[in-house]
Amino acid sequence: MQEKVKEPGSEFTHIGTRPVRPDGVDKVTGRARFGADLSLPGQITGKVLRSPHPHARIRSIDTSAAEKLAGVKAVVTAADFKDQPSEFVPAGEMMINYRDVVRNVMAREKVLFEGHPVAAVAATSASIAKQALKLIKVDYEVLPHVIDVREAMKPDAPLLHEDMITQGMTPAPTKPSNIAKRIEIGLGDIAAGFAAADIVIEREFDTKPVHQGYIEPHACSATVSEDGQAELWVSTQGHWIVRAHCARLLGWDVSKIRVTAAEIGGGFGGKTVVYLEPIALALAKKSGRPVKMVMTREEVLKASGPTSGAHVKVKMGAKKDGTLVAAEAQLLFQAGAFQGSPVQPAAMCAFAPYDIANVKLVGYDVVSNRPKVAAYRAPGGPIAEFAVESVVDELAAKVGLDPIALRLKNAAKQGTRAAYGPKFGPVGFVETLEAAEAHAHWRTPLGKNQGRGVAAGFWFNIGGETSVSLSLNEDGTLSLTAGTPDIGGLRASLCMMAGEELSVGLDKIRVQIGDTGQLGYNFLTGGSRATFSSGMATVEAAREVKREACKRAAKMWELPVEAVEYVDGKVRPAGPNAGKHEPMTLAQVAAIAGKTGGPIVGYSRINAHGAAPSFATHLCDVEVDPETGKATVIRYTALQDAGRAIHPSYVEGQYQGGVAQGIGWALNEEYIYGPDGRMQNAGFLDYRVPVASDLPMIDTVIVEVPNPSHPYGVRGVGETPICPPMAAVANAIANATGVRMTDLPMSPPKVLKALDDARAKGAAKM
Amino acid sequence: MRYEAPATVDQAVALLSAAGPDGRVMAGGTDLLVQVRTDVLDPGVIIDIKGIAELRQITEEAGAFRVGAAVTGAELKEHPKLKSVWPGVVEAANLIGSTQVQGRATMGGNLCNGSPAADSVPALIAAGAKAVIAGPKGRREVAVEDVMLAPRKLSIGRDEIITAFVLPARPARSSDAYLRFIPRTEMDIAVVGCGVSLTLGADGTCTAARLALGAVAEKPLLVTAAQDVLVGKRIDEAVLDKLGAAASAACRPIDDKRGTKEFRVKIAAVLARRVAQIALERAEGKQ
Repeated sequence: MQEKVKEPGSEFTHIGTRPVRPDGVDKVTGRARFGADLSLPGQITGKVLRSPHPHARIRSIDTSAAEKLAGVKAVVTAADFKDQPSEFVPAGEMMINYRDVVRNVMAREKVLFEGHPVAAVAATSASIAKQALKLIKVDYEVLPHVIDVREAMKPDAPLLHEDMITQGMTPAPTKPSNIAKRIEIGLGDIAAGFAAADIVIEREFDTKPVHQGYIEPHACSATVSEDGQAELWVSTQGHWIVRAHCARLLGWDVSKIRVTAAEIGGGFGGKTVVYLEPIALALAKKSGRPVKMVMTREEVLKASGPTSGAHVKVKMGAKKDGTLVAAEAQLLFQAGAFQGSPVQPAAMCAFAPYDIANVKLVGYDVVSNRPKVAAYRAPGGPIAEFAVESVVDELAAKVGLDPIALRLKNAAKQGTRAAYGPKFGPVGFVETLEAAEAHAHWRTPLGKNQGRGVAAGFWFNIGGETSVSLSLNEDGTLSLTAGTPDIGGLRASLCMMAGEELSVGLDKIRVQIGDTGQLGYNFLTGGSRATFSSGMATVEAAREVKREACKRAAKMWELPVEAVEYVDGKVRPAGPNAGKHEPMTLAQVAAIAGKTGGPIVGYSRINAHGAAPSFATHLCDVEVDPETGKATVIRYTALQDAGRAIHPSYVEGQYQGGVAQGIGWALNEEYIYGPDGRMQNAGFLDYRVPVASDLPMIDTVIVEVPNPSHPYGVRGVGETPICPPMAAVANAIANATGVRMTDLPMSPPKVLKALDDARAKGAAKM
Repeated sequence: MRYEAPATVDQAVALLSAAGPDGRVMAGGTDLLVQVRTDVLDPGVIIDIKGIAELRQITEEAGAFRVGAAVTGAELKEHPKLKSVWPGVVEAANLIGSTQVQGRATMGGNLCNGSPAADSVPALIAAGAKAVIAGPKGRREVAVEDVMLAPRKLSIGRDEIITAFVLPARPARSSDAYLRFIPRTEMDIAVVGCGVSLTLGADGTCTAARLALGAVAEKPLLVTAAQDVLVGKRIDEAVLDKLGAAASAACRPIDDKRGTKEFRVKIAAVLARRVAQIALERAEGKQ
C-alpha cells in the first residue's frame, strides 16, 4: 500500500503522492459490499408498481388480490406515507418541498411521469413480488401529457399541478401554469453594455435531459424491529440526508433510524435523493421482515433523476479588440414532474469565467411529465456553459483572436465580481489558459476532416456540515471515521491528510465511513465538498490528537503543556526543557492514555467555510466523417485548477471522468420519448453512454493555485470537468466543418443534416 | 419455466412440437435471456440446442462450408479457413455484442431473433447462404433472405429449427465484406448494415455480385438492382456511385430511436460504396 512517488523538493511527505487506495483491494477482489450485496436472515424482496402513463389521475388502487397471494408479506401505497405540507426547506445546495418528495416517492392524487411509483410489495421471492404487482388494480383516468419544456410553458399546456402559481413574478400571475419559478440575476446596465458593443452574437441552444449513468442501480436493504428500531443499508451519497428524508416521510424519530452507506458504484449527484429507501422501510415495518430492493436499469432511467433538458438563449457583445462588454441569457429549464431544476446554479455560473461589467440572466423552472431531475455533476453548469462557451468561440473568430487569447483577455481573476454576487479570491482560470496555450496539444497540426475546440469551465464548490473522529488506538495506530461516502478516493485523501499532520505512515491509519449513529451530522458527498470539508475536519481532528498527546506527555513529565511539542510523529519537551526526557512515540503515548486521562480521540464537527471555485480549460480535437456526420473525439486535454491535489491520480480521474460523461452528453446521450409520452430508450443499448473505445486517452494537467481557506489548499475538483466538454466538442466540430451545432446531442443524423444544409448554401468547410 | 437440453435434432424438434407456442429455442441466448429478464418474453419451455453436436460444427464439403446454427461468433473467428473465404460473414457475426457475448452469440440465433438490424444476416444474404431447416417432416433448405418476413416474424414453422447455414463453393477472385453504421464504436445495433459479396473475372470485371442491407426495411433486404449495376463492369468510382444510388433506392426505412429515414437512406449509399470497395480489394488480393 506504500507505492508512491514523491515530487522532489515537495514540502510534504504524503500530500501529492500516489499511494494505492485503501479501498482498492476490496473492490478488485469483489469483497467490497455495494448496495445490493447485503443479505440478511429472513430477507424478502420488495418491488415497485409503476405507472405506465405519463399523466393520469388515480381514481382508485385495489391491492386486495395482491395481499392474498401466498408469499406476499406486505403491500404499501401512498396511504402508508403521511401527506406533507407545502413548505420549502433548505437541503444543502437546493431547497426541497416535502410535499413533492412524498409524491415523488409514491404517487398520491396523480401519476406525473411514466415509471412513477403507485404501490410496492414485499414477497418471499422476486417472482412472487412481480406476480403480486400484476394483481394490483389501478384505475387511471388518463390525462393529456406534455414532455418538452417550451410546450409545457404554453398557456394551453396540460397542467401537472393545478395550483402552481409562478414564483418570482411581480405581479404574481393569477392563473396556474407549469412554470414554477422565474429567477433573475444581473450586474451593471445591460442595455448600455450592448449599446457600447461593436459585435453582438445571439444564438439559441437546446440540450436534452441526460442521466448520471452510474453503473450501480439504486439499492437498499431495510429492517425494522418490533420496537421501531430501524436499520437501513443503502448506496447513497449522503446517509444523514437519507435518514432525515425517511424520518420525515415516515413520521419516525430521527434517532430510530440508523443508516449505513454501502460502497457506492457511482452517484454523480443522482444518489442524493430518496426513491426506494422510505418504501423499503415501510415494507420492512409492515412485514416484520428485512426487505431488499434493487432497481432495474429500466427503472433507473425511467424513474430516477436525470438532469434537465433546456432551451437557452445567449447574447454576448464585445468591443473590436475582444473585450466582452455585455452578456445576457435566458434559460428555460425542464424540472421533470416536480419543481426544482438547477436553473439557479446554471444562471450563476453561465458567465462566471469572465469579467463582464453588464450581465443579465433570466431563468425559468418548468415542470413536465418526465422524471423529476436530480443533481448531476455541476447541476445546471454544463447546460449554461455549453451555450456561453459556444458563443464565446464565435466571438473570438469574429474579432480575429484565437479562442485562448480572447478568454485570457476577459478571464475572471482575483477581485473580479461575479454576476451572482461575490468577488473571487485567488482563482486559477488564467493559469489554466496559460497552461493550455503552452501545451503541445495546442500546437499539434490537424489532419484532414479534423477540428480543434477550446472551452472553459467553472463550478462553485461547497463546504457544509461535517464531522470526523480520529482515535489513537492502544498500539499507536489510528482509526479515522468520516461521514461523507467515498466516491472518488476520499478515504485515501483523508488518510494522507491525517498522515501528513501527524507524520505517521499511511499504513498506520485506517479510514472508514461511519454510519449515522457514529458521528454528528454530515451533509452529503456532493458539491465537490468531501475532500475539502472532511479533509478540513480531519486536519482539525489530527491537530486535536497532537494537542492531547502533548498534554498527556506533559502530565507524565510534570511539565506545563506549553513545554511539550509534537515533532515528526513524536512528543518531546521543548524550549528550556528540551532533551530532559526521551521523546515519546504515538505508541508510547497511547500506552499511557488510560492512566493520563482516558482514550485519546480527536473529534471535529464543523461547518466547513471557504470552499473555493475551480476553473478549467479544455482542448478537444475531433474528426468528422463528411459522409456520415459521425464526429469522433481523437484527442482531449483537460487542464484544471485543483487548489492542491492531495492524491493526483484521483484528481486526474475526476478530470477524465467528467470529460467522458461530457463527451457522451455532447455526442449521443438523450432521453427519447414517443408521442405516447413513454421513454423509448430505457437501457444502455439505446441510451448511449460512451464505451471505452469511443474515447481517446484523456490527457490531464493539474494546475495548483491553492485555496487559502483550506489547510492544504484544496479546492473541489469533481464537478468542473463536466462543464466544458459539450462546447469543446461543438467548437471542434465547427472548426472542422464550418457548421455550428446548437442542438445536443450532436449525433450523426443531426450533424449530417446540418452539413448537407450548409453544403447547399456553400457554407460548409467539407 | 422448464429447461430442456436435447442431444439430437430429432429430440429438439419433438420437444418443440410438444411445447407448441410456449416453446422457445435457445442457441446462445444473448437475445432470448435478455428478453426474458426484461419481461418481453415468458416462455414455458426453453430448448437449448447448444448440446447438439452437429449444430456446433463447421464442415467443408467440396468448397462449400456448412456452419452449424449454434456455432458461436468466437468459433467462427477461430476457424482456420472460414475467415479467408468468407471474411464478410465472419466480420459481421463478430460485430454482435462484446467479447463475452461472442462466446455465446450464434448466427442461427441472430437470424431467428427476427430483427431487421441483425448484423450477420445481410452478410449471409450477400453470400447467397442457405438455411438448413429441420422439422417434423424432415429437412429443407431455404435462401436466408426468405427466412425473415417482418420484425419477430419468420417463415419457418414453430416446430422447426435452423440446423446450419450452407455457404456455397466459390470461384477464385471472390470475396465479401460487411460494414454497419452505429453512433458508437461497438456494443450497439446497426442503424444501417450492408453486406456485399462479389467475384471478379480474369480481366477484373465483376462476374457475380450480391448486396444486402439491414435495418432499412421490415426485414434484411437483398438488393437485386445492385447485381445489375456491378455485373459485367469494372468497379470504379462511377460504378460505386451507381451502386450507392441503387442501395438508397431499395431502402424503405422508418424513423425510430436509432435513426431517421432520411439518414438511413443516405447512409445505405455510403456503406454500399465502402463495402463494395473493401470486397473488391479483397477479391483482387489486396487485403
